[in-house]
Amino acid sequence: MHSIFKRTAAALVASVAIAVPASAELSGELRIFLDTSNPAPRATMEAMIERFQQQHPDLEIETTVIDREAYKTQIRNFLTADTPDVANWYAANRMKPYVEAGLFEDVSDLWAEPEIAENLASTKGAMTLDGKQWGVPYTYYQWGVYYRKDIFDELGLSEPTTWEEELANCQKIVDSGRTCYTIGTRNYWTAGGWFDYLNMRTNGFDFHNQLANGEVSWEDDRVKQTFANWKQLIDMGAFPDDHTARSWQESLPLMVRGDAAAILMGNFAVAPLREAGLTDDQLDFYQFVAINPDVELAEDAPTDTFHIPANASNKEAAREFLRFVVSADEQTEINNGSNLGQLPVNAQSSVDDDKFLQQGFEMLSSNSPGGVAQFWDRDAPAEMAKVSMEGFQEFMVKPDNADRILAKLERARGRIYDN
Amino acid sequence: MSAIDTPEQESWFHRNQQRIAPWLFLAPGLLFFMVYVILPLFQSFNLSLYEWDGLGAAEYVGFRNYEDLYWEWVDRDAFYVSLKNNLIWLILYLAAIPAGLFIALFLNQTVWGIRLYKSLFFFPFVISQVVVGLVFTWFYDPTFGLLNEFLGFFGLGPLNVLGDERFVTYGIIFAGLWPQTAYCMILYLTGLNAVDPEQIEAGRLDGAKGGRMLWHIILPQLRPATFIAFVVTIIGALRSFDLISIMTQGGPFGSSRVLAYYMFEVALSEYGFRMGYGAAIAVVLFLIMLCFIAYFLWSMYREEKGH
Repeated sequence: MHSIFKRTAAALVASVAIAVPASAELSGELRIFLDTSNPAPRATMEAMIERFQQQHPDLEIETTVIDREAYKTQIRNFLTADTPDVANWYAANRMKPYVEAGLFEDVSDLWAEPEIAENLASTKGAMTLDGKQWGVPYTYYQWGVYYRKDIFDELGLSEPTTWEEELANCQKIVDSGRTCYTIGTRNYWTAGGWFDYLNMRTNGFDFHNQLANGEVSWEDDRVKQTFANWKQLIDMGAFPDDHTARSWQESLPLMVRGDAAAILMGNFAVAPLREAGLTDDQLDFYQFVAINPDVELAEDAPTDTFHIPANASNKEAAREFLRFVVSADEQTEINNGSNLGQLPVNAQSSVDDDKFLQQGFEMLSSNSPGGVAQFWDRDAPAEMAKVSMEGFQEFMVKPDNADRILAKLERARGRIYDN
Repeated sequence: MSAIDTPEQESWFHRNQQRIAPWLFLAPGLLFFMVYVILPLFQSFNLSLYEWDGLGAAEYVGFRNYEDLYWEWVDRDAFYVSLKNNLIWLILYLAAIPAGLFIALFLNQTVWGIRLYKSLFFFPFVISQVVVGLVFTWFYDPTFGLLNEFLGFFGLGPLNVLGDERFVTYGIIFAGLWPQTAYCMILYLTGLNAVDPEQIEAGRLDGAKGGRMLWHIILPQLRPATFIAFVVTIIGALRSFDLISIMTQGGPFGSSRVLAYYMFEVALSEYGFRMGYGAAIAVVLFLIMLCFIAYFLWSMYREEKGH
């Protein structure tokens, strides 16, 4: 921790030094579109923009916050007409349609600046398509297993690290009349998270990527092995029966009531679990267990991003805003526990003292040698993600239909990737 | 046409006034119908021959989208499921008509406070479909829903209506029947106001009662109301979208999709970028609607001729 703070201070000085000369000349209008419609992120973003405004008093900043779900469809319109100067979005394949259509500005020049090149190196891959960078990240978060420590203590269980321990733990939990993992697959992506982990642990990060890129058959034996592992959990009753009727939020009460011992989820689940009354003594975190000892551990860590639309009118100010967002002190500020409560993308920033963020940061920086994936619906093309996550949900209900479901996904692969 | 007898030369407009006037009055309607219905129809068909993500350049693919739909049909995939669900919707949604008639007959009396009862029965049609969807989602909820509390009372259940691919479509249709029945009811209530009391009197004298009275005297007079109820119910069933979107989003694993929702999903939703494919589904949906539209027009035409 100590060294991080020192480096932060150094970076702070450095960033101010760079920012000052540029700031004098920025003027005109800067229009920012955001999807951070939930109250807390919204306040964070507005405060951040306010700080940017103070640095550049001549700039007229206009911020528009759009509902998170509506944003996903509206972005297609506003990138082509009445375009803002800055818009947020997601990394990896999720930005591909807009990059291919030439709607995002190439910001490789920003990434060439030492300030960004050195401190944001870990997320560069997620921002790169066709060898160029198309935006900057502003936050990311770990995925993993959040579990009820008090239930584990009661049953005499410890955090598992291998698949055998995992299955043994789960069996004890099931025997005590609970389910091991709560899940709400009405949001298909919850099953996508399970697939991500099971497949990355069974076949490794590279294979997982090949599958997302359509380079491997879904009827490959390795994929079948992933589903066989999944089936082991399903057959022993690890998941609640009526998960198809629940959204992920509706699946949390099972864990709060103690009917389920854990959940595989992103760090954003911590806030609602705490609000529902779980204390930090009751709630803890462990990294998803290793399954195949021959593959390196790899993690999901979805990254949220800022982009400059190609049709933006004030690109100079937009670039300055992007530099500001990723600067070490801003990253520390907006990702701290009282704001987004996630991980900063700048290596010079300090991570909040929150125990989950600390564990997540530790895990991603030192125990994820295989690589870091975004998330299934960001790594795979949208259409494949949709079809496959439906398949995952169906598989969780009818595990015996695995072959039929995989055949269906293989047909979809043939259709989706060849054009 | 020659104007030998007429000394004064009439203007062309004056001479043809009778024939032109109806077209003039029709013009605004026709114009809007052309621009907002006919033209998009052809555009839609044209789009269905392309592959287009809504952003880049469209690529002409001929009938490939339809071919894909055909294979989805053969493979019992999404398109097959949607079409099958549309059929179930069409048939079961018609239950709103007899149900509406029954309630209308029940409410067609003069007792104290009948206006209040009528408004209460009409209420579900007034509230938004979104609210209806939410209310029924909670009603069906497997853990705290009223339905399962009720079933538990008899030692049955729990039944996961919206999460089980066998029940989900029926569950949504049932929710949809609630407002649709109210709609049919109001149609029949107005229809009942127009029933000729003399005919009822005459029927009574001939000894008709109950079912026979309903079938032979009342229902024939309610034909216009039945026709409208039939039309709106069929259309309502075919464009059922909001309830599905709110209650299940097409799930579980796409088993509650109908064509309208599938079209939206493919073309406009979070993961959808296939405008051409969506247009192809829209064309299929239109062809199905066309059968009904043709039938409605034909029966209206026959009606007009009969009078």
